[in-house]
Amino acid sequence: MANEIAQAIAAGILGGGIYALMAAGLTLIFGVLDIINVAQGILVVLGAYLSYVLSVHLHIDLLVGLLITVPAMFVIGVAIYWLFIRPLRGAERTSMTLLACFAVALIIEGVLYREFGSNYVSLTAWYTTSSVHIFGFYLPDIYLIGFGLAVLAITALYLILYRTTFGRAVRATMQNQTAARLIGIDVNRVSAVTFGIGTAVTAIGGMVYGAISGGFTPNSGYDLISRLLAIVILAGMGSIGGALVAAVFMTTAEALVDIWQPEWSVAVFYLAMVIILTVRPAGLFGRRAARAQ
Amino acid sequence: MTRPTVIRAAGAGVLVLAAALFPLVFTNPTVTNFGVVTLIFVVVTSAWNIFSGYSGYLSLGHAVFYGTGAYFLVVAAKDWNLSGATIFWLVPLAGLAAAVIAVPVGLVALRVRRHTFVVITIAFFFIAQLSASNLSVTGGSSGLLVPVPNWAPATYNNPFYYLALIIAVATVALSWQVRRSRFGLQLRAIRDDEDRAAGLGVRAMPVKLTALVLSAFITGMAGALWVYFIGEAFPQFVFDPLFDLAVVLMAFFGGLGTLAGPVLGALILEPAQLWLNLQQSNGYESEILFGALFLVVILFLPRGVLPTAAEYARAWNAWWLRRKSGSPRVVAEADSAGTSVRGSVS
Repeated sequence: MANEIAQAIAAGILGGGIYALMAAGLTLIFGVLDIINVAQGILVVLGAYLSYVLSVHLHIDLLVGLLITVPAMFVIGVAIYWLFIRPLRGAERTSMTLLACFAVALIIEGVLYREFGSNYVSLTAWYTTSSVHIFGFYLPDIYLIGFGLAVLAITALYLILYRTTFGRAVRATMQNQTAARLIGIDVNRVSAVTFGIGTAVTAIGGMVYGAISGGFTPNSGYDLISRLLAIVILAGMGSIGGALVAAVFMTTAEALVDIWQPEWSVAVFYLAMVIILTVRPAGLFGRRAARAQ
Repeated sequence: MTRPTVIRAAGAGVLVLAAALFPLVFTNPTVTNFGVVTLIFVVVTSAWNIFSGYSGYLSLGHAVFYGTGAYFLVVAAKDWNLSGATIFWLVPLAGLAAAVIAVPVGLVALRVRRHTFVVITIAFFFIAQLSASNLSVTGGSSGLLVPVPNWAPATYNNPFYYLALIIAVATVALSWQVRRSRFGLQLRAIRDDEDRAAGLGVRAMPVKLTALVLSAFITGMAGALWVYFIGEAFPQFVFDPLFDLAVVLMAFFGGLGTLAGPVLGALILEPAQLWLNLQQSNGYESEILFGALFLVVILFLPRGVLPTAAEYARAWNAWWLRRKSGSPRVVAEADSAGTSVRGSVS
């Protein structure tokens, strides 16, 4: 029993890394653009299918394939922003952008169904089935690789945000868009690139998700987005650090409940969210701005 | 009553009469089937609009209430061994069940605004779907069946049709009453600026919650009627994310927060979607089309067909009056006519 619990905690923390990465992308987009990108779930699935095409048809290793899928997802993100988000202005922008993202998600889902059908597929490589033996329990290699990738990507995100001029522009736009415009920041460009970066992380998320989930279909996007939304709400909208903590907390809690009640483990996500919201409507690490109209 | 009101009342009367005669003229079951589902969407979209359209709180979780009503009817009909027309008496009770569910949902969700509210309604939707798949009372993912009434196949749809029509007329009348009442004014004050409304003495929470519960009650009735009509309840169809989007799209298409907009949106889009589904055996084509249509509406008709049409009508009127006004004397006339025309259009 104790061993099972330790195993669940280890898997929860390692699996939480990849959710943290996907949620960080969502939070970054929210912080800069004031948009909930509800297409994030299906974009992860799209990333997974891109990796699938590269590995099955072109026999490119999953990790090497990331060199192609990450830029590809970046371009897709910029395109979505430029075509469907940027033209939306005015008082109803908040709800409009959310609905636009939902519509984009539907179209992507439809296209994926058309191309790949509704059969489960999964990503395989030599490291998706092997595992290492550490401290008395077995950890699948892919969990360690996924966690490593997540840490790398989040570190890169951090360095971009806090050590580059572009990152400074992004943070300025997060704080006050009008002021950022006044000091000469091209807010449209910053927004487009931010949306691209927030989307690019789904390539990594999708690859790891496709390998550890044991199979995915175009329909998997709903499961993903519901978890991601629960994570960012629990963390508090716009808090990247909070998203990391919340993701690890959620996946660990889910893995623990999974030992006794497998079919209800997903409910932990929502239950935790509802409880937190009744006590702290702004989320664990949220700013009060989340409540302002 | 002013003249425009009379015209509108007459228009509504003609529309209701046409709807009442519809199954007598078009007796083809496929057509009346479309009629029933379309009327159910008229009900749901108007009910959604009473809460989301008037208060500005965009709900993407109304399927929770729709599904609650649906499952209430299925389970109650099974447990109490009801059949035939008696089951229709469960419809208002199903509405009550949905209204009861709406109270805790509202108490949690209405504490937050904007994005967070939308996201929480989505989360409640997923909780509901998950519960329906895992609880034993709903039969889990294997679903439940409703006893099929042994009515004549040719007129089988008619009882459903007329009940849906009655509920639809009542819902639109209620929406109209809410719109012109003090309560409706409070809701729209909340939509425009909640903090200012609260500062002016609107007790925001009870007002929002009342609107949500009212909306949930009607949505629950619609869900119950729908599930009896369909005859089976599976979690993935009763709690369908596309349902939420369809309702929002219809309301946006017709004109969010208006009285006739949601009705028009449902009357145009639901038959179109049903027809598309009939043409194609695969689901993805209609999904892509649906998403594309949604984007077109959001990008080019963000305020809906009705308000945009009213704007064009006004612009056309102004142009017509300008063209007519050749001499200064006529300009003065046109000016007074212009104000009266503007008054009647808006």
